[in-house]
Amino acid sequence: MSSMVMWIVLGATCVLCFSLKLLGHLIPEPWLANPRLQRINALIPISLLSALVVAQGVVVKTHVVIDHRLAGLAVALAALFAKAPFPVVVVAAAATSALVYHLH
Amino acid sequence: MSSLTRRTVRDSLSVAITVGTYGVAFGAASVAAGFTVLQSCLFSLLTFTGASQFAAVGVVASGGAAASAVAAAALLGTRNALYGIQMAPLLKVKGVRRLLAAHITIDESTGVALSQAPRGVAAMREGFWITGTGVFIFWNIFTLLGALGAKALGNPASWGLDAAVPAAFLGLLWPRLVTNFLRAVAVASMAFAILITPWLPAGLPIIATTVVAVALGWRAR
Repeated sequence: MSSMVMWIVLGATCVLCFSLKLLGHLIPEPWLANPRLQRINALIPISLLSALVVAQGVVVKTHVVIDHRLAGLAVALAALFAKAPFPVVVVAAAATSALVYHLH
Repeated sequence: MSSLTRRTVRDSLSVAITVGTYGVAFGAASVAAGFTVLQSCLFSLLTFTGASQFAAVGVVASGGAAASAVAAAALLGTRNALYGIQMAPLLKVKGVRRLLAAHITIDESTGVALSQAPRGVAAMREGFWITGTGVFIFWNIFTLLGALGAKALGNPASWGLDAAVPAAFLGLLWPRLVTNFLRAVAVASMAFAILITPWLPAGLPIIATTVVAVALGWRAR
């Protein structure tokens, strides 16, 4: 991705995300009272974050690839089950992944 | 300071510091994705909504198109609009203060504000402003540190940064999975994302996975 496109991604993300925040403060409550919309909206972060775990953890371009990152993710999952705080989860995953990367 | 106020301040600051430190992971992920240190800091200053920021740089890192990166960030940002709807009648602010309130309307400020309900409206407002401002300060400081750190480290895989990013997404996802239904939504979404990955251009499967949310949220349970 060219540096120009990187700036566009940054600019568009900032403008859209702020607009969405402001929108909530400006529109009357009944507008988004639709229960179906609220149910779907509550699930969207879960679907997106799940897809991002997959895209970042086991995908290279358009292929599913199992590599050192999956070892890191497995350790992250174990840390989350053990109720470890967020920074511990991330660092444990990075350390494991780096170790496996260098062993190969 | 009354003991009630002190408790609200303590709740707000403990959330602000804890969440703010996640900024390290964002700064590092952003630089690993190819953004500069300046761009990474601008993301945190101007976008200031963690999951959306992670999504934008995550899609870029996985080779996705610019439109996919922005769309993923915006879709994750829609929940802030719903938070605003809840916070506006509570804060009752106009003009510049409304713009500031909007900018710090995120998971944490809304969450702390709602958690202060038993202590009254004043405590809710206080919780919103202190948490929002506190997360903003710490999030931006730690983004800079993470970005500088990642820049100094070099090859992302060599330091495990390429696994830190999905681990961060997993860490953001985890606290949301409070019911079996929500866990099923997460598992179904992951399976769906893996299934469609070979068939769509890079980055698009992330957006496409929202059909799982639509399908499963369509009918009342």
